[in-house]
Amino acid sequence: MSGVWTLAEQAHGELKGVSFELLARGRKLADQLGVPLVSVLIGDGVEDSRLHELIARGADEVYAVQDPRLAHFVCETYARILTHLINERKPDIILAAATSSGRTLMPYVAVRVRAGLTADCTELDIEEGTGNLLQTRPAIGGNIMATIKTPHHRPQMATVRPKSTRPLPPDPTRRGTIMSIPLDASLVDPRVTVLGYRRDVSDFVNLEESDIVVAGGKGLKKGEHFAMLRRLAETLGGVVGASREAVDRGWIGYPHQIGLSGKTISPKLYLGAGISGSIQHLAGIKTSEIIVSVNPDPDAPLHQVADYAIVGDAFQILPALQRRLEARKGKKA
Amino acid sequence: MKIIVPIKQVPETSNVKMDPETGTVIRAGIETVVNPLDLYALEAALRLKEQYGGTVTAITMGPPPAVKALKEAVAMGCDNAALVSDRAFGGADTWATSYTLAQAILHMGAFDLILTGERATDGDTAQVGPGIAAWLDLPVATYVARIEGIAKGRLTLERLVEEGYQQLSVPLPCLLTVVKEIAAPRLPTLRGKKAAMRMEIPVFSTANLPLDSGCIGLKGSPTKVVRINTPKVTRGGRKVLATDDGAVEAAVDGLIAFLDEKGLIEGERQ
Repeated sequence: MSGVWTLAEQAHGELKGVSFELLARGRKLADQLGVPLVSVLIGDGVEDSRLHELIARGADEVYAVQDPRLAHFVCETYARILTHLINERKPDIILAAATSSGRTLMPYVAVRVRAGLTADCTELDIEEGTGNLLQTRPAIGGNIMATIKTPHHRPQMATVRPKSTRPLPPDPTRRGTIMSIPLDASLVDPRVTVLGYRRDVSDFVNLEESDIVVAGGKGLKKGEHFAMLRRLAETLGGVVGASREAVDRGWIGYPHQIGLSGKTISPKLYLGAGISGSIQHLAGIKTSEIIVSVNPDPDAPLHQVADYAIVGDAFQILPALQRRLEARKGKKA
Repeated sequence: MKIIVPIKQVPETSNVKMDPETGTVIRAGIETVVNPLDLYALEAALRLKEQYGGTVTAITMGPPPAVKALKEAVAMGCDNAALVSDRAFGGADTWATSYTLAQAILHMGAFDLILTGERATDGDTAQVGPGIAAWLDLPVATYVARIEGIAKGRLTLERLVEEGYQQLSVPLPCLLTVVKEIAAPRLPTLRGKKAAMRMEIPVFSTANLPLDSGCIGLKGSPTKVVRINTPKVTRGGRKVLATDDGAVEAAVDGLIAFLDEKGLIEGERQ
């Protein structure tokens, strides 16, 4: 039995936080099954000292396939490597992050190895008696939660949203093995080439990996008023999101859009101001840990799903909140 | 250039009603639409056709009424359409769906490009696009936000990823899934609607597709639904009225205390 695998992600030789979040999920499953937990890294330039952090945060073993040709995610090559590892070592379960690469790689590989795959799971558990993985996920815009299993095919594959799990605290006394697996050059698929990245994009945001999201909608009335949200987001240590209405009016760019035709997020705090909360928008925020709403309409649907709902004017509430937060920060300094 | 656009008919999300007894979606009487995210794929395909020539074929898998989604695609300007429909396909998960669609696409002959929406708004998995690519051994680029152009049989494009936009060069044939940023979908035209009305749409089924019966429908699907629950709609949160000045301060006080209690803000308690 080859155990539970979680896929680590890297960029520029640094492990991404989702790698550790997945280990927290995987640790629980591996303990329930009594099997080892393996962190699988395909990438380049992550040093051994950094790989040890995977052990400290829950992994029993690390399989690291590193090569300059793997520095950037290219689905076909990554898929060939992962497929090869699966066929060779036969894991029971593979978890990946529901990121732009995880959500591309996993379905590609699932087809190749004839595995069941469940997207965007919010809960993972082991079924008593059978040892099957029970995967629970929202569907139909978050209106239902479906629990899914894969009774007859292995591995059982699932993706998990970033930020939906807290990493385990590092335990430097944990012992484990790090196995460097050299890249088999025949697995490199030369068809797609990465030309580069455009990062000079003004106002780009990584909504899905942010702990705090301050979002604005139609109620903000003007694009300029997003400046107020930006200040608040900066003070809270978060980023700015938006409803479809605000993006469609050109007040802010598409990477900020939350909801069915934008990003689905699971931050620790979502604060929505001037957003009524259409079903499409709510579908993108329902798995947030804490929802705060500010809207003058007492019947706004966002208020109904909020943990803290303020029926009032965002133009009064947000500046007042900003002043209070800045005063606190001032005291601390 | 021959472009294929797999689309899906989905329930109009704003009208989804849940049966509180069974926790399932009430399908009866629900308006269906082309998956809103597929409209971006259709638009991108039509623009490529306008720029480089060729044809656009919409294809969908579903029960016979799904032909309505295909007619909408034709009304927007697609040249051809195909329905993949058979009782034996019912209950397919994304693995079996991508297999069946891939076989139907192969059956239709040579193509240059497959364009899909990022995901469907009902299942919300985003798995069928990359799955089709895997079955056909095509290179895949997901979350494509911009197609810069096609030269010497290669597409230059940008995909929206966590760090910004990843720029790729991808050879044809390939499969792309696109996001809303790619283009604003056009409306159906009168001419298109007339063409849609006249069009005889071919149906692919187990009768005319070479399929492995172990790979289709519910039986061919590795995943099984164990149960469906309806999550609580409300969180039982606090609601605070802040409609005059004094109340604003009180509401903000309350919010600060709440965020503090949840450990979401730094700084000293006041």
